[in-house]
Amino acid sequence: MVMMLGMDPISIIGGTVAVALFGILAGLVFMGVERKFAAHMQARIGPPIRQPFRDVAKLLSKDSIVPENAIPLLFNMAPVLALASSIVILLYIPLGGFLPVLAGYGDLILVMYLLTVPALALVAGGFASGSPYATVGSQREMVTMMSYELPLAIAVIAIAWRLAAAGIADPFSLATIAGTATGITIWSVAGPLGIIGFVLLLIVLAWVTPAELSRVPCDTPEAETELCGGLLVEYSGRNLGLFYLAQGVKTVAMAALAVALFLPWNISWYVALSPNAALVADFAFFLLKLMVVIFFSVSVIRVGMARFRITHVVSIYWGYLGGLGLLGLLCVVLDASLGGGGML
Amino acid sequence: MSEDSKNKATFNVPIGPVHPALKEPILFTFKMDGELVEEVDFAPGKCHRGIEWMGMRRNPVQIVHLTDRICGICGVSHSLAFARAVEQIAEIEVPERAHYVRTIIAEYERLQSHLLWAGVAAHELGFDTLFFLAWRVREESMDVIEYLTGNRVNYGIVQVGGVRRDFTEDQFPRIEASLQYYEDIAAKLLKLFLEDKTIQIRCKQCGVMSKREALELCTVGPTARASGVAMDVRSDSPYAAYGDLDIAPVLPHHYLGLTNGDVYDRIVVRLLEVVQSVDLIRQCLANMPPGEVLWEKKYPKILAACKKATGEAVGRVEAPRGECLHYVRMDGNPSPQTWKVKASTYSNQLSWLKMLKGEQIADIPIVVASIDPCMSCTDRVAVVRDDRTDILTKADLHRLSVEKTRRLAQWS
Repeated sequence: MVMMLGMDPISIIGGTVAVALFGILAGLVFMGVERKFAAHMQARIGPPIRQPFRDVAKLLSKDSIVPENAIPLLFNMAPVLALASSIVILLYIPLGGFLPVLAGYGDLILVMYLLTVPALALVAGGFASGSPYATVGSQREMVTMMSYELPLAIAVIAIAWRLAAAGIADPFSLATIAGTATGITIWSVAGPLGIIGFVLLLIVLAWVTPAELSRVPCDTPEAETELCGGLLVEYSGRNLGLFYLAQGVKTVAMAALAVALFLPWNISWYVALSPNAALVADFAFFLLKLMVVIFFSVSVIRVGMARFRITHVVSIYWGYLGGLGLLGLLCVVLDASLGGGGML
Repeated sequence: MSEDSKNKATFNVPIGPVHPALKEPILFTFKMDGELVEEVDFAPGKCHRGIEWMGMRRNPVQIVHLTDRICGICGVSHSLAFARAVEQIAEIEVPERAHYVRTIIAEYERLQSHLLWAGVAAHELGFDTLFFLAWRVREESMDVIEYLTGNRVNYGIVQVGGVRRDFTEDQFPRIEASLQYYEDIAAKLLKLFLEDKTIQIRCKQCGVMSKREALELCTVGPTARASGVAMDVRSDSPYAAYGDLDIAPVLPHHYLGLTNGDVYDRIVVRLLEVVQSVDLIRQCLANMPPGEVLWEKKYPKILAACKKATGEAVGRVEAPRGECLHYVRMDGNPSPQTWKVKASTYSNQLSWLKMLKGEQIADIPIVVASIDPCMSCTDRVAVVRDDRTDILTKADLHRLSVEKTRRLAQWS
């Protein structure tokens, strides 16, 4: 089931507000649930699921302190930019049965660029803080960004290319990749070899997620015990609250991207439902898929590992994950050139 | 960052006096070249509480409880070292059973201290799951210590002339249960800490100190043993009941086959010492002789004996972090004329300069933590005069110590 939002300005504005609200709420809820999962895996009770809401409420009600050495304009702008750009990513990603709000105005390549903007905002904010910890954190964040770009790009390109090879129009559009309208997914296009390739790429994307979100083992830019929070060290009050929200929204965006790329199925494809019921069912299923992605690529990884050194981040992402991605890409290419499988 | 390393533009990163990587206040100043540490300097003395000053205005029976509070982790080591010094001066004979009680509680202290350290180390590496696990495992020893002494921290069990509480036969099953618990979980802990890939890449070849450097820097305890120095007060000059026990220094090559002297080896040594402590407690339980646990039940008599005593003595104890040394000098007054505490971190801290040089920022927390620093044990002096802190050079320190020695010689 598909609900096309018209492209008139009012529905775009309405859609944007709805997506922003969804992103912020879902981000905080998922953060709470994720913390609970992690706590239980560590044999702790953990904070209540509504804890992130309390944290944000508290942060937003407090003053923001701007350090003496900081560049106030950049320092105050960075959190706003981070939150705004995180929300913008969500506008290009299909959410369950809903097509992206800005479908047709941007594709996967744009999303890849947009994914770097919140990180760049963090870097700018860190450099603008005028603290050595934040400076080191910003340097590390830049290095981390450069490290995970290659595996991420490989995964994304491989998918779009395989769809193009299968003769599907507009392969870079996320709506096409998710098959929201057509019901065609990468898994139905690819043959056995291609499926192996996609599984490899799925693993790569699962590992890119913690780097993208600065979570253990890739929390080097924030590294509490090394840099006391790194690029966020000087942030407090409302500004920190905004970064907190941005982190939540970005988590949702990253998971939604993974869902759109690799786990695109909707319930309404398989079960006949009334249009409205289908929308609700698809959306609920979408939230479940988000939770699964967050559980595996954030909770499980961060519970099971120590923090990398920044040099490890580079060698692991360029070397191992880049290599794994290329292997996956090779499988996908071979699959396409052998004309493997496919329902088309 | 490439800009930085190209131009060799160094910058200073202060870590401390208060920082999440540091459990106690101390100020590090790092001169960084990008992510690499070029130079290190540190300034202790942020945690000075004037305990020696307080002690020299009290009598030994009071001081023994003050020594418990020098450190929150190794209180028994300090009180034991102090009690041993006073007992030597006053020629007090400690009953045999008290020696065993002291050994058991000292080993339980080592158990909980090493497990606490293991958790802290995991946290410094960003591995919080292991941190929670280690501290949960540690809880068992805390419970037993509470069961035996009535306290979880500052146990208050050592007294000049023996111990204040006996460990009775009916308490043995609880002790045995905890030993069994640690025996069962030891293999799991070793596997989790030593075979984890991320811990290996973070800790191997990190913060290396060779055997020669360990000897030259006068390091003690697990820090020295991890570099291959076979040195342990418990076996080198046995005190309490250690002379009766089967004990040998734990060295990393027992487990790994070779000694690298890196952070990884320090984890190995401490975890193996947990296993060793379990064995030692078991030996104590098996061989515990019957009898009294205190030289004299009436404290005024102990005090009278201390008051009459004149002379000086050194009490040495292998604390969980290494040798802990108390120098006491009595001159026939109720309170000691001199009391000097030298904790293990005092000997170990200079190895930081060597270990940190050339490492990355990311390694600073774990390398600093790898000697298991305890600043409240170490800080015995803080010079603040006219609102400025003086830096004393080697020549100054030498002059001061010569002056003090002369002063001491005059008194006696």
